[in-house]
Parts: sequence; structure tokens; C-alpha cells
Amino acid sequence: MDATVSVPLLQVRGCRQAYHKDSSADLVVLDDVNMTLQTGEIVSLLGRSGSGKSTLLRIVSGLLTPTAGEVTWRGEKLRGPAAGVAMVFQSFALFPWLTVQENVEIGLEAQGVPRAEREQRAEEAIDLIGLGGYESAYPKELSGGMRQRVGLARALVVHPDLLLMDEPFSALDVLTAETLRTDLIDLWMEGRLPIKSILMVTHNIEEAVLLCDRILVFASNPGRVAQEIRVPFPHPRNRLDPAFRQLVDDIYAVMTRRTPTQAPAPVAPADAPFATNLHHVSTNLLAGLMEALAGPPYEGRADLPALAGSLQLEADELLPLGETLQLLRFAELEEGDIRLTETGRQFANADTDDRKKLFGAALLAHVKLAAAIRRTLDERWNHRASAVRFRDELEDHMSPDYAEETLRAIIAWGRYAELFSFDEEAQQFSLEDIETAA
Amino acid sequence: MPSTAQPAALSGRRLPNLWDFVALCCVVGALVAVAAAFRGTLVPLDALESTPIDLDPGRLPEYALRTTLRMFAALVASILFTLTYAPLAAKSRRAGQIMVPVLDILQSVPILGFLSFTVAFFMNLFPGRVLGLELAAIFAIFTSQAWNMAFSFYQSLTTIPADLDEATRLYRLTTWQRFWRLEVPFAMPGLVWNTMLSMSAGWFFVVASEAITLGDNTWKLPGIGSYVAAALEKQDITAVFWAIGAMLLVILAYDQLLFRPLVAWSARFRFETTASATAEDPWMLALLRRTTLLRLAGDAIERAFGAFTGLRLGRPAATVSRRRAASRLNDAVFAVLVAAAVGAALWQVVDYVAGALTWADLRETLFLGSLTLLRVVVLIVLASLLWVPVGVWLGLRPAWARRVQPLAQFLAAFPANLLFPPFVVLIVRFHLNADVFLTPLMVLGTQWYILFNVIAGAAAFPGDLREAADNFRVGGWLWWRRVMLPGILPYYVTGALTASGGSWNAAIVAEVASWGNTRLEAHGLGAYIAQATDAGDFHRIVLGVVTMSLYVVVFNRLLWRPLYAYASRRTNLG
Repeated sequence: MDATVSVPLLQVRGCRQAYHKDSSADLVVLDDVNMTLQTGEIVSLLGRSGSGKSTLLRIVSGLLTPTAGEVTWRGEKLRGPAAGVAMVFQSFALFPWLTVQENVEIGLEAQGVPRAEREQRAEEAIDLIGLGGYESAYPKELSGGMRQRVGLARALVVHPDLLLMDEPFSALDVLTAETLRTDLIDLWMEGRLPIKSILMVTHNIEEAVLLCDRILVFASNPGRVAQEIRVPFPHPRNRLDPAFRQLVDDIYAVMTRRTPTQAPAPVAPADAPFATNLHHVSTNLLAGLMEALAGPPYEGRADLPALAGSLQLEADELLPLGETLQLLRFAELEEGDIRLTETGRQFANADTDDRKKLFGAALLAHVKLAAAIRRTLDERWNHRASAVRFRDELEDHMSPDYAEETLRAIIAWGRYAELFSFDEEAQQFSLEDIETAA
Repeated sequence: MPSTAQPAALSGRRLPNLWDFVALCCVVGALVAVAAAFRGTLVPLDALESTPIDLDPGRLPEYALRTTLRMFAALVASILFTLTYAPLAAKSRRAGQIMVPVLDILQSVPILGFLSFTVAFFMNLFPGRVLGLELAAIFAIFTSQAWNMAFSFYQSLTTIPADLDEATRLYRLTTWQRFWRLEVPFAMPGLVWNTMLSMSAGWFFVVASEAITLGDNTWKLPGIGSYVAAALEKQDITAVFWAIGAMLLVILAYDQLLFRPLVAWSARFRFETTASATAEDPWMLALLRRTTLLRLAGDAIERAFGAFTGLRLGRPAATVSRRRAASRLNDAVFAVLVAAAVGAALWQVVDYVAGALTWADLRETLFLGSLTLLRVVVLIVLASLLWVPVGVWLGLRPAWARRVQPLAQFLAAFPANLLFPPFVVLIVRFHLNADVFLTPLMVLGTQWYILFNVIAGAAAFPGDLREAADNFRVGGWLWWRRVMLPGILPYYVTGALTASGGSWNAAIVAEVASWGNTRLEAHGLGAYIAQATDAGDFHRIVLGVVTMSLYVVVFNRLLWRPLYAYASRRTNLG
């Protein structure tokens, strides 16, 4: 190898991203992230939504300045979007009013590349990515897969050293995504991509294992790197290879592991009902999952990757369900497995009314926010309470987005369990239409 | 299918065809006419007074052309204003805090009331020249369009999708490139649509502002508006009808030659991810696209425009930087400056008005304002009772809707003040009560907004919901209350809001009418402003206009805004 190895392409040191709040402590989205990217590797940032991986990608791209810490790009401190970094977006981010050709040219136009050269390079990139013949089409005439190819061509045409990909395949259907992944890795292996490294964000575990040399697994709250995993397999990789499956299993285990920082350091006092953010998952899905787990072939216990495969859920969709069941003590997560508890089994076998009662009891016992709302309503003479108050208190502990999601979750669950009603127009909780047990 | 357009455009047929000849004649003819009309603006004012408006219908084409050119000049000015004001308001947080509310207020102020001020101003700029009067008229049209357009552009700028914004920053487009590649295209459909709606108001104003009275002086700029004014003085109802006919043709031409092609063309800028059914090109756009010479010229212009807008002017946008503590100090300084400016302005106004007016005047305008408010409310209610059922009926029948919709838009664009004289003649002839019978004139032009919005709403009503209602045999009043009215509510509110705003403006011309020497006056704030203008009493004009603005703003804030918010909240699933 030559001397460039000694200077990493990209280095992130002690990176922290926090949003300042006047009322209380800052909201930390990313905490103490360190990362190095060498020439010639594909690295993925793998994590659940809200683990800050997309934020890190935006920091690396120069779109966002970190609150603290340093990003060096080819040995120099990064200030704003750098030449030599290109990005592929989850939503493609194509300009609907520009043709494929014009979309691809836009980065070159910004650099002031003369027209003739621009057109030639754009055509080369379009041909490379397999879109020859579509130059004059508008994005809306293309399928999702083709659109993402345009996004890829637009990134490649500027000959970036580093290609950033923000969940590039998650908006595509399974087949299209797989084709695009294979094409990408083939071009990469053949050395036909004019790039030195790829950094991609994903929540799809198999995708990360399939494509990357190195995986940084992110944990949430605050977002940080939980573990770094090397993928030792040569390309092309086989999803059915037992070693491949084992690595996927291991990563599931890492992602479901209870984070050690939460248990020993109870920052929030035990009676604070507003510190935990809830996932807004539908009670139908929860019930469906418990039924599936209770029945054959799982009989109360399942391997998460296998369960995800058979239910056609992604890790990012399955894990919030599992964690919610764990929170309500309907199930337990351990080392990549999920196990139904006794109450969970009862729930799966109960009829609608009993399910509601079980769910309500679990909510009141284990979700402090639900208990707090119900207590407030019981205490008030008119049995009404404004949601604004609860939202404000939640926002003292979490970002407004999380607060909103938590509130929506508690409203949906409370309605299902018939613990309280909610008036959307007035933004008020109440006990209307609720049978109060004496 | 979209792909069929491709080979046709690439075909090598570059020889001129018959359409080229037609197009060439049109272009040359238009240029000559514009040049002739433009020469007229440079003559001294005396020449204008020595050549009074001729009621010979043969002169109407010339007058129509002059009117149209005024419209055009105002349109260009409005576009320039929009492209500068809105980005300033959107880009700078502090500027936005002032500029956006200002725009909002300007939208509600009945500018017609300020005509006398602007005339005085522009006459001083070009003393003794017709150009001053022309500019005053153009400015009046400008004020009826610019705020609306700027607001639409501003709203587009603040709703630019995050991913496209990131893409332009990541690929380091300069501010100039970003403006032309992202911001303007993204705003284009809304801008074109709003421009089209603003034109309707523009026609109204151009007619009103051509015959200008300032104290004892009355000038008539050559144009359709002056033609009608002259006809009213001479009690020549035939001439009025000639003018109405000419106006119809002008608006039809504007619609067919300019706006239909523009709207169809702007569809490509619509921000959508799926290809929607594309309507057939309007004939004008087809002509432009299929005429070899015009297309070549169009390509050359597009190329030059692309190069111009692709220039690397300005700098790439930097990262999103967190607000620093230092800017708090700047905020404070800014707040103090604004407070000082507001204080000074208030003192100016109070000082000016208080010099000549008393509390009694204020009480009077408030009372007259409530009369006009009553008129507006009653008329909107009546117009709604009439047009909502009609609009729903039409909207649910696509074949009818397709035919009536352009007609309703056309009627909305027609300057209603041209239609006043026949009504006035009737009122005079039958000695009707002016207070009651002048009132309908206020909604003559604006009721169509209710109609075409309701048609659009009913046409967009989801087919499955209608089927569900039919399936459960929901009928009669229940159908209106539970199914249709909630479904069209956002559309109706939009239409009624526009209609009520327009009616306030129309009050200034509608509450006073004359036929020869007979003068009809209704009691209301509009009549108050009109009288003050005739008398050249600037103090009363200011008071009247301020009071009217107050009514409009309060009415909008207390009724329409909450209603609109409610409607869009309740009728969206998810």
C-alpha cells in the first residue's frame, strides 16, 4: 500500500451533537462518537431510527456542524460541504423539473465545468449505472429503482473520494433493492466506481453484512457507537452461508442488548413518568405479534432474525415491537431471542374484552406516563386534562419529535385499553365514555 | 404516453412550415403595435387633454391595446418585485419578521383608496408628462398583484423539501444557481396560479385607474377604462356595451395566448413523484412547440437562460450554523430599531390625521365600516347559498365541470366595474334605493371565486366516499351535512375568503355610481373614501383606508383564518 494509508480519508473525534434547551439539560443526539475511514473500505452505520446515525452522516458530509468534536477530511478540518464528498439520498432528492441528464449534471455545473465536458461526463456516468437511453426522461417517468440509479449517477459524476449513502435502498421494494445492491457491489469490486470509500447508513442488518467491510452498530439515547464489527467474508457474499447467518444473529443480539448505561445511572428519579420515550406502535401489531409467538412453531420463544424473516418485518420495525412488549412485561428480549411471559401468553389466548383489561393493567403498572395521566384525570373534578401540559413535561426530557411520538403512543394505547379518551380538536384527555370502576 | 413525445422532438424537420409564416406575422405585428403605443406615453400632458376619448368603436382596438400593455408592464414589475422581496423575507430571519406581516397587511389594504396619493407622487416625478400618469396607473395594477404573488413565492421558499435543499448544499450550488435550479422551479406552479388570479384583480384596477381624478383635475389615459368613463358622462349605453365586448375579447386573448399555455407548461414543475395524467396541450402551447422556427428560437433562449442561471454567482451555502450568543445582542439592537421606526410611523400618522380630524370622524368611519361589513357578510352568505349547490351539482358531473370551470374563472377575471353602468341605468330609471340596490355590485365580480372553488372541491371529492354514501343511502340534508359540505369546506373557505377580500375593495367603486349628472351614493366606508378622493381631502382618505384595512384584517384573523385552519385540519385523513 502507498503512503495515503497513514492519513485516513476521514476521521471523526469526540463528536457530540446536542440541541440546546432553555428550560432544562441539553438534548444529546450523538455523544462521543469516534470513527476513522480508510481508503478502499465500505463502512456502514447501523442502528435503529433515532440512534443519530443519519445525524452523523450529515456531520460527515459537512451539512451540519457538530456541537463539539472534530471532523477531519483528508487531514484537514472539515468546514461545510467538501469537494470530493457526494451523497445518495433515501428519498432520491432528484429535481422533478430537470431531466435525468440535467439532474446528473448539477454537481458539475456547480463546479463550473464547461458544458461539453459536463455532457460527456454525465453520459458516461449514466451509462455506467445502466441508464443509457433515459437521458431526456424526467424523474417522475422512472420507477423507484431507476430514480435511485440517477441519484447514484449524480453522485459518481463528480468523482468523489467518498460516497455517502443515506439508507439508499430502504424506499425500494425488496427485489429492486437487491438488484441495485448487487450492481453496486459488482461495480465496486471491478474497480469501475470513481470513488475511494463508501459510508452508508442503514437499519437493515443483512444489508450491512452483505455490503460492508466494517459495521458500526449504534445505540440510542444518546446516540453512540455501541460496537464495531468487522465483516471478514469476501465478495460476493451468500446470505445463506451459516457464518453469514451467525453474524446477523450476533448483530441482532447487540442491538437488543439492554444498554449498560441506563441501569447503573438512574439520572431521572424513580417517580419521573416523563423520561422514557415510547414507540408509537399499533396495538394490532402488538397483539398480532403475541399471537404469532404463542402459536406454532414458536411456542412462546423465537429467534429474532428468523421471526423478522417470516413476518417480513425489518429489524427496525420488529425491535420497537419487541421492546414495547418488554416494557409492558408481555415478553422478554435476550441475546437475539424474544420470549413470551405468562401475561403475554394469557393475552394471546384472551378475548377482546379481557385483552383490553390485561393491556390496561400492564399500562398502569409499567408505563408511568399512562398512570400519571389517569391519576390526573381521576383527581380533576371535570376529569379533563390538557395534552399541552404532558407534552411540555416530556419535552423537558426528550426532543420534540420523541415527545410527540410518545404522546401519540400513549393516546393510542390508552384508547385501546379504555383508560382515557382524547379529544383531538381540544387536545384534551378526558374520562368521557370510560367506565370508571367505582 | 410520455415517451411518444421524444422522437417527434428529435426529428430533423427543420424547414419552415406554414405555422412559421403565421407566427412571424404575429410577432412583427405585435412589435409594431407595442412601439406605437409606447410612443404615446412620452407626449406632454397637454396633448392628452387636447385629445379627449373618442367614443367611436373603431378606436377601441387601440384603447384595448394600451390597457393591455399597462397590464403587461405591471405584471413585469410584479414579477421583479416577487423575485426580490420574497427571497429577502425568507432568507433573513430578522427581515422576515417585518416583511412577512407587512405583506400580509398590504394584501388587505384597499389600495384603490390610495390612488390619489400615488398619482400625486408619480406626477411629481415626471412633471407635465403623460408618463407620470401612466406609471400611477401601472402602480395601481402592480399593487393588486404583487403582494399576492410575493406571498405565494415566500410560502414556497419556506416549504422547500429538506432533501432537495440538502442536495443543493452538498453539491455546492452557489446562491444564484440554487435560486434558479431549486427555488424558482419549486415555486413555479403556485406562482403561475397566483399570477393568474392576481390578473383578475388587475383588470379591475386598470379600469378604475385610467380615469383619474385629483381634486379639480380629471385626466383620462387612453384605454378601455377611460372609454367607459367617457361613455358614462355622455350617457351612451351603446358605447358601454362596445367596451364590455372589447374587454371580453382582450381577456379571452390573454387567457388563451398567455395563461393557458403558462399553466400547462408549469405543470412540469409540479412537485410530485408520480406521473399524473397530463392534459392535452392548449393550442397556443402546441403552436409554440410544433412551429419549427419558434421552437428553434425557444431552444436558443432556453440554452442562453440555462447558461445565465448556471453562472457561479454568489457562494455555496455554508453549513447550518447554530445560533450564537452574539446574535442575541443583534436581536436586541434590531428590536430597538424596529420599535423606534414603528413609534415614529405611528406618531406621523396620528399627527397627520389629528391635525384635521376629530374623534367624531373616527366614530363615523367605524360606523360606516360596519355598514359595509354588513353588506359584505350578507352578500357572501347570499352568494354562497346560490353558488354552493350549483357548484356541487356541476362539480359532481365532470362533463359539465370541464365546460363551466373555465367560464367561471373567466367571469372572475372580468372587471366587474365595466358591468356597473347597466345596473346603474336601471337603478336610476326605476328610482330604486341606492343603499340596497348598489350593494349587489360588490359581489358582481367576486362571487365567481366561490363558484369555481366549489366546483373544484366537488370534482376532487373522493369517488369511494360518494359510493359509500350512496351505498348507505345517505340522502337529503344528511348528505349535505355529513358528506358533501365537510368535503368541500377547505375549497369553499378559500373561495369565500377571496370573494370577501375582493368585495371590500370593490366597495370603493361600488358604493358610488354615476350616470351623466345623476350621482348615486350608498352609505358605507367605500363611499366615504370615494367622496374624500373626489374632494382631494387627504386626511379623510387616510382615515378611511386605515379603518377599512382594520376591518379587513380583523375579519380575516377572526373568521377566515380559524375557519380555514379548522377546515384543513378536519378534512385531512392522517
